[in-house]
Amino acid sequence: MSSTATSAVKPNKIRGNKKIFTIVVLIVAIVYFLLPVWWLIVASTKSNSGLFFGEHGSLWFANKFALWENIKQLCTYQNGIYWRWLLNSFIYALIGGLLSTAISILAGYGFAKFHFRGKKAFFNLVLGALMIPSTALVIPLFLIMSKIGMVNTMWAVLLPALLNPMGVYLMRIYCQESLPDEMIEAARVDGAGELRTFFQVSLPIMTPAITTVYLLSTVGAWNNFFLPQIVLTNSKLYPITVGLTQWQAQSQAGAASEQVWNLVTSGSLISVIPMVLAFLFLQKYWVGGLTAGSVKS
Amino acid sequence: MASKSAAAHRDRVAARRGNIWGWTFTIPFGIVFLLFLVIPLVYAFYMSMYTTNVFGTKFTGFANYVRAFTDPAFLGGLGRVLLYTVVMVPIQLGLALIFALLLDAFKNKFASFSRLVIFLPYAIPGVIGALMWGFMYSKNMGPFTTIFELFGMQAPAFLTSSGIFGALVNVVTWQWTGYYMVILYSALQSISPDLYESARIDGASELRIAWSIKIPMCASSLVMVTIFSLIGTLQFYTEPTVLRNQAPTVIDTSYTPNMYAGALAFSYNQPNYAATISFSLGFIVVLFSIIFMRLTKRQSGLEN
Repeated sequence: MSSTATSAVKPNKIRGNKKIFTIVVLIVAIVYFLLPVWWLIVASTKSNSGLFFGEHGSLWFANKFALWENIKQLCTYQNGIYWRWLLNSFIYALIGGLLSTAISILAGYGFAKFHFRGKKAFFNLVLGALMIPSTALVIPLFLIMSKIGMVNTMWAVLLPALLNPMGVYLMRIYCQESLPDEMIEAARVDGAGELRTFFQVSLPIMTPAITTVYLLSTVGAWNNFFLPQIVLTNSKLYPITVGLTQWQAQSQAGAASEQVWNLVTSGSLISVIPMVLAFLFLQKYWVGGLTAGSVKS
Repeated sequence: MASKSAAAHRDRVAARRGNIWGWTFTIPFGIVFLLFLVIPLVYAFYMSMYTTNVFGTKFTGFANYVRAFTDPAFLGGLGRVLLYTVVMVPIQLGLALIFALLLDAFKNKFASFSRLVIFLPYAIPGVIGALMWGFMYSKNMGPFTTIFELFGMQAPAFLTSSGIFGALVNVVTWQWTGYYMVILYSALQSISPDLYESARIDGASELRIAWSIKIPMCASSLVMVTIFSLIGTLQFYTEPTVLRNQAPTVIDTSYTPNMYAGALAFSYNQPNYAATISFSLGFIVVLFSIIFMRLTKRQSGLEN
């Protein structure tokens, strides 16, 4: 109240006790959100026994630094299947994401820029699909895939990921808001066919939305767990999420020789690095995608 | 006359072009929609109408649904995820909103660093998040025994029947709060500062401005985030499944409806009943979302 003049100049500054309060709250938050990550970083440098009996507790490095040995063991344990899992995850995420993004681009553009019979009903189906929980489809997919002998193949994980109604929804909104009809009309008047208009005029303008949808669908496929866990029994086809939980269960239940806690921790750490980096470097794209639906007026 | 029919002709050509190209662009999605959504759902419903036993398979109509809605295992799981929803959704959204408001009022390097850290868990798969917390909860490998000893206290037993609820709430809160925060934060960013400038000149406190201007202005995002979080929690699967490896006696196979459906299909070999459970859960989730959207119709951003 005392400083209407300054607050008009700097509208977003808070001062005094409130500032201290804010800083304290944020520091507590930072500690809370980083604690497990810090634990994982420390744990992945420990040997199996170091995890239980580390000299400096679980939040600090043990005297023996075993990260390189853990990585070496990841390369040899069960014939280096860990790297196979990581490769599978990349295949499921990158290829599945690419295909589902392509389908979303086409459909979003079609819904935004053409009037066709049945469009309204069709788009209402897309909106309805947004509400259907993806996990409710896992068991039905499993049952139908066992019927036609598709379980235990990469297709069983890749193909269902093509269904991405959220991607269609986001692409449609983007095309409506950022792709002027006049521009497409001008290309048509110039004699360009629909496909040429799409590839040469529309697609370049859609690039930011494409990146966002691709990033989001890739993350979705990368995090996938329920479906691959149900439809795959061949461990060579596992994505990293299913593989690591398998090792966790084995370490928990198995004899001492089967305990590979050190591989679960170092394997977890290595597996999160690509996605964390992608998020850090592509910040502006995921922010756009996460908020596209919410700030729509 | 002539120009009129020419115009009509042009309209017809445009309409035909729209029909042809509109369907050409949307048909790949239509096929995927049919193959991986419609057919599995229809097939699951069909299966739920039959029952298989040692004498073979026979049509039993809605008997499986009667069984499901009187099955203590299914109802127990359903009740449990509802309880999780009631507890978890307000905690996550409350924290997300507080962080978003603080960061919105406190723009500097430290704030953007905090925002990144709070969001970080979203970039980590749910499975890995649950694995990490599972380790943290462990008496032998986790830090809590030591941390609580510092204060002369005994660490709570997380992986027991009394501790598991809070343990799972914590994992999910850690994983998702940042995601919701980013959505709410961006909604706050899109509010024009002019709106609260006059309130500030009139002497309204920051708290008052947050409560009376900022929160109502991001109501549509709040509703959307609530729907996401509601739908997600009812489908609870990954985190309890991962923690079950460490606490099999505390988390049983019917802990949540999705886990139950998975176990029925996979371990108990009852595909018809598993289809029934999946279908029922999907139906309940859709029902909840529709009710919630109706209740908050005005704010919801997911219409038209």
